[in-house]
Amino acid sequence: MTPLLEVTNLSIGFANPEPITAVDDVSFRIDRSEVIALVGESGCGKTLTGLAIPGLLPSEARTSAGSRVVLDGNDLVGMPEAARRRIRGARIAMVFQDPQASLNPVMRVGDQVIEAIRAHGPVPRAEARTRAAALLEEVGIADAAARLDAWPHELSGGMRQRVMIAIALAGAPVLLLANDPTPARDVTIQAQSLELLDRLRRARGLAVLLITHDLGIVASRADRVLVMYAGRIIESAPTAELFRVPRHPYTRGLLAAVPRVDAPESRLEAIAGSVPQPGRWPPGCRFHPRCPVAIARCGTEAPSMEPAEGPHHTACWVATGAGS
Amino acid sequence: MTVPLLEVRDLVKHYRAHGTVIRAVDGVSRDIAAGETLGLVGESGSGKSTVGRTVLRLEPLTSGSVRFDGNDLGSLSSAALRATRRRMQLVFQDPGGALNPRRRVGDAIAEGMRIHRTVAPGAIRDRVIALLEEVGLAASDADKRPHQFSGGQRQRIGIARALAVEPALLVCDEPVSALDVSVRAQVLNLLLELRERRALAYLFIAHDLAVVQQVAHRVAVMYLGTIVETGQARTVIGAPRHPYTRALVSAIPHPDPARASERIVLAGEQPSPAKPPPGCPFEPRCFHPAKDARCRHERPALEGLGERRVACHHERVD
Repeated sequence: MTPLLEVTNLSIGFANPEPITAVDDVSFRIDRSEVIALVGESGCGKTLTGLAIPGLLPSEARTSAGSRVVLDGNDLVGMPEAARRRIRGARIAMVFQDPQASLNPVMRVGDQVIEAIRAHGPVPRAEARTRAAALLEEVGIADAAARLDAWPHELSGGMRQRVMIAIALAGAPVLLLANDPTPARDVTIQAQSLELLDRLRRARGLAVLLITHDLGIVASRADRVLVMYAGRIIESAPTAELFRVPRHPYTRGLLAAVPRVDAPESRLEAIAGSVPQPGRWPPGCRFHPRCPVAIARCGTEAPSMEPAEGPHHTACWVATGAGS
Repeated sequence: MTVPLLEVRDLVKHYRAHGTVIRAVDGVSRDIAAGETLGLVGESGSGKSTVGRTVLRLEPLTSGSVRFDGNDLGSLSSAALRATRRRMQLVFQDPGGALNPRRRVGDAIAEGMRIHRTVAPGAIRDRVIALLEEVGLAASDADKRPHQFSGGQRQRIGIARALAVEPALLVCDEPVSALDVSVRAQVLNLLLELRERRALAYLFIAHDLAVVQQVAHRVAVMYLGTIVETGQARTVIGAPRHPYTRALVSAIPHPDPARASERIVLAGEQPSPAKPPPGCPFEPRCFHPAKDARCRHERPALEGLGERRVACHHERVD
C-alpha cells in the first residue's frame, strides 16, 4: 500500500551569510490514520521538517534538489505554488503552538471558521455557519452555536486552541500537523489537547504528525516515533519498541535524563555537553562528542539509518554492530 | 524549636486592573527550613511565580507576612532589608534574558559582590573564577559574553551570579523548563550538588511534578492562588489526595507507555483569578464523586495532620 505521505531525502538549508544545513537528508513515511511523533531538541530541524511538508518554509530557506514530499501520490515540492496551496488547505491541516497569534483578534470566532470553510469551496453563508457550529462542537466547545459570535479575547487559551483546530478541519484534511500543540506548563490543558487529537484521529481517520521536544508526550499517543538530532533522523521505531529498547545512545540518554515519578533517584543521568546548533555540527556522527560509547569511526564517518531489528532503525555504528 | 529560614503567613497579592481585583495569591502560608527544598507546583495562572516574587519583595504584598530568619521583611529598615535580601536570590527561567548581552560574564557575576561589598575589590576576580568552576564552567569563561554560551551554560552563569553573594535561599522560578531535555538533568544535578555543599534552601517553582519530585523535600500544589495540597514530596506525588493533584500526577508523561496509569483529563480550565468561584476554587472542574453544594459555597481550609494537608471538603488526611 502506498503511504499517505512520503518524505524522501529532504534537505533544507539557509544561504546567508554562509550556507548552513538545517535539515539533512530526512526520509520517513506516514500511513493513513497513523500518528507519528517527530521528537527532538532545539535546532534539530523538526519544525522545519514539519513546515516543509505543506511548503510553508520561510522564504530564505532552500530545499535542495532531490527532496521529495509526496502526498497521495503528488509531489508537493515540484508542484506550482497555486496547486500546492489548494492541497495545503484542503488536505493538510496545521495546528501551531500559539493560538493567540494565529487568530485574528478583530474578527469574530465564527467568521474565522466560516471564512476557512468558504475558502475551500462555494458554500452559502447560512450553510457555512451551520457547519462552523458543527466544527466547534466537534472540537469540544460547549454551546458552540452561541460561541460563533464570541471574539477571540473572550475565549480562554484552551478554547482558542480548539478554534484553531476547528479552522484546520474546515477542509477535508487527511493529515494534521501539530507542532508542539500546547505549552507544556499548562499540564491539564495539554492533556485535553492530546485527548482531542486522539479523538479526531479515530473519528476522522486523520493521520497526525506530532512535532514535539517531549518524549514523554509521545509515549501514549504515537504509533511510531522518529527521533531527530542535529538535522537528521537518528532513530525510528514503533513507540513501545523505542521505549523498551532504545538503540541510539542519544535516545537512551534522553530517556535516562527525564525524571521518573515511579523511580525517583537523587541524581539523574545527564548527557554531557549541549545540543549543537546548525552550522556547528561536528563531523562524523553528530552526537559523537557527547556519546558515551563513541568509537574512532564515529568521529569521521556519519552513520546512515540501518535496521536494528524489524521495523526499528537507527543511525549508529555501535548500535548496528558496524563499528567493529 | 528552631525558627524556620523562611516563614510565609497568609500571603495575599491582589492586582487591580480596570476596576477589577485579580486575586493572584489568595492566602498562602508555608515555611522553609534551612537547607530544605520546597517545590511549589501549579499551572500558569496558579500564582506560584507571584509567591516567589513577593517573597523576594520584588513586588509588595497586599497582606500577610514574610519572615526571613525570624525578621518580618515588612518591618525592616531599608538598610536591614537590603542586607536580608542579599541572602535570598532569584534564579530565572530564562537565563539569557536575565543577562546583559554586552556585559562580560565575569562582570555580571561580580556585580552583586560589588553592590553588597561582600568581597574585597582585589579578591573579586578570584572569587568569580571559583564560582565559575563551582558551577561547572571554566575560568576563561569570565571574559566571554552571554551569547557565546548555550542555554544550559547560561543557566549555570545565572546560578553562579545568584551564589556570588552567599545566599541561604534560592528562589528558582522554572529553572530548567526553558532548557533542552538533554541538558535539564545537568542543571538539576548541579542544583542538588550545590544544595549539599552549601546547605542551601530552595523555593523551587515549577509546573513539572516529575522535576519537582527530583529535587524537593516537600511540595505545595497551587491552584488559583491557594495551596490545595502539601506534604512530603514522595507522599503527595505517590498518593495524591486532592482531585487537582490527582489530575496533575496523572498528566505526568510516562516514558514507558506500558506503565502509564490512570489518565484523568479535566474538563474546562482554571477560572480567571479576577472571578474566582465562591466556594472551592477547583469545584467547577472537580470530578470527586462526593462533590456537593458545600463545595460550591464554602472554601475548604487546608487541613490535615502535621505537614500533610489537603484543602478539600471530601478528602481527609488521617
